Amino acid sequence: MSGGINFGAIRAIYLFEMSRFFRTLGQSFVSPVISTSLYFVVFGAAIGSRIDQVEGVSYGAFIVPGLVMLSVITQAISNASFGIYFPKFIGTIYELLSAPVNFLEIVAGYVGAAATKALFIGAVILGTAALFVEVQILHPFAMLAFLVLTCVSFALLGFIIGIWAENFEQLQLVPLLVVTPLVFLGGSFYSISMLPETWQTIALFNPVVYLISGFRWSFFGMADVPVGLSLLAIAGFTALCLTVLWWIFRTGWRIRT
Amino acid sequence: MAMVDITGLRKVYDDGFEALKGVDLSIHEGEILALLGPNGAGKTTLISAVCGIAVPTGGTIEVGGHDVLRDYRAARRLVGLVPQEVNLEPFEKVIRTVRFSRGLFGLPADEAKIEAILRKLSLWDKRDTPIRALSGGMKRRVLIAKALAHEPRVLFLDEPTAGVDVELRRDMWETVAELKADGVTIILTTHYIEEAEAIADRIGVISAGRILLVEDKASLMARLGRKTLRIDLAQPLAAIPGALSHHGLTLADDGATLVYSYDTGSTRSGIARLMADLTAEGLAVRDVSTAQDSLETIFVGLVNERQEGAA
Ligand SMILES: Nc1ncnc2c1ncn2[C@@H]1O[C@H](COP(=O)(O)OP(=O)(O)OP(=O)(O)O)[C@@H](O)[C@H]1O
Ligand SMILES: [Mg+2]
Repeated sequence: MSGGINFGAIRAIYLFEMSRFFRTLGQSFVSPVISTSLYFVVFGAAIGSRIDQVEGVSYGAFIVPGLVMLSVITQAISNASFGIYFPKFIGTIYELLSAPVNFLEIVAGYVGAAATKALFIGAVILGTAALFVEVQILHPFAMLAFLVLTCVSFALLGFIIGIWAENFEQLQLVPLLVVTPLVFLGGSFYSISMLPETWQTIALFNPVVYLISGFRWSFFGMADVPVGLSLLAIAGFTALCLTVLWWIFRTGWRIRT
Repeated sequence: MAMVDITGLRKVYDDGFEALKGVDLSIHEGEILALLGPNGAGKTTLISAVCGIAVPTGGTIEVGGHDVLRDYRAARRLVGLVPQEVNLEPFEKVIRTVRFSRGLFGLPADEAKIEAILRKLSLWDKRDTPIRALSGGMKRRVLIAKALAHEPRVLFLDEPTAGVDVELRRDMWETVAELKADGVTIILTTHYIEEAEAIADRIGVISAGRILLVEDKASLMARLGRKTLRIDLAQPLAAIPGALSHHGLTLADDGATLVYSYDTGSTRSGIARLMADLTAEGLAVRDVSTAQDSLETIFVGLVNERQEGAA
């Protein structure tokens, strides 16, 4: 590996992080199952009994892509941010800094593991949803592509948050104040076209709208915004995260003293 | 050959504090160097700069001929670090954290090697124990096991025996001696002169961000190992009697105390002779006490000595 990429290190970080996940597999499994079921009871049954269809899709099925996105985004961020914050917090980061690894290899290990976990949760939610409603997927490959891209890009964002955070409050701050509202207002539970016109315009400034729209298209073939635009949005977001990470890599910001 | 070569190393922290003020230090292959210095001297900062944890503000560091910034992969592959703080993942099992350390260096898994390291450090029986269930001394040994997992040629031990009982301290020294026998270059920091004396080949003294000296243990101990004996007399003396002149005594407390300086390292301290001579002179002794110079006074002494030498 002299000169080249230290794949062994990426693997070591990835497996170490995944082992933490597998140790608590029960928890990792049970909580998304319960929360998805609750969403179906509350949104699907209560609201769905009043709105029976959205653009030709039953309301119960309509919310599935949004539910998956909501959890996948939250999980990707929290796993990645915690993954890198924890060694900073307990001091084991010295080991990463003194090993022959560069920052991008560290990112690959942590982000790869966080994205895998989020993907796993996404699959669990999809499976749970299938117990409640009939889920059809028109474009399975596009669906998978959107899912993986979302997992990776938000894990990148989570990693940045974990590097930036200096305490547990800050670690929770961005997900709580920025990400959750954006995801809830991003059309998880409704179509943008159901909003008044001014709000429709405002909603187009919410990047999550593009993700959920594209993801929903891969299920039902209908979208709030063109699919190409959705892809562009997620690619742009990923590029932005990578640029920030590159800058952190160059400057050693908040990592090396 | 120099295994670690540090020239003009400066470190200014973000808050503007200059922790290292131009350090030159050359560490020979296969030696044990003890870095001795008071709290805040810059020992950990120096180690952090070599290991890639702190970015140097100025100067150069080479390990095995590799610049630690330009050629960091080659340099770091040679180096193992046992940090001062016991930083470990509490819920992880011993053997897994050691495997992880090896993996980080890109080395293939080698269970035989891991077993050998854990056995050497008496951790083999504890390999499946979560770290939080280990004693403090065991945790320190886990840190050493992790640092050895990639078979480093240079090992930094930052205060490995702080807060460790006497028995474990001896074990630690033994481990260090074994590593040296394997050809590993070892740099350890300590506050204890006795520790440096027990295991080092050379001793470096660092204070306030500067290396005051680096010397062979033997010659340094000869200078550091002095004690003073204070003898309180029943009757004050105006001057030291001629019969006692060869002992090199001085008078203190208006003649009420005789001060005798002796070498703890030499086989005969001369105290028995001195006492006999006092009795022969008919001087009544009220009390005696001995004191060793504190590390700080020794440092001050060293600085002054150096400045006088330079002048
Ligand atoms: N991250 C930091 N930011 C600012 N100042 C720092 C930082 N780390 C250390 N220092 C300062 O640099 C000086 C040297 O610290 P260092 O930890 O290197 O000392 P040391 O010799 O290892 O001390 P000790 O024996 O207590 O471990 C101290 O005055 C310390 O306060
Ligand atoms: Mg220190």
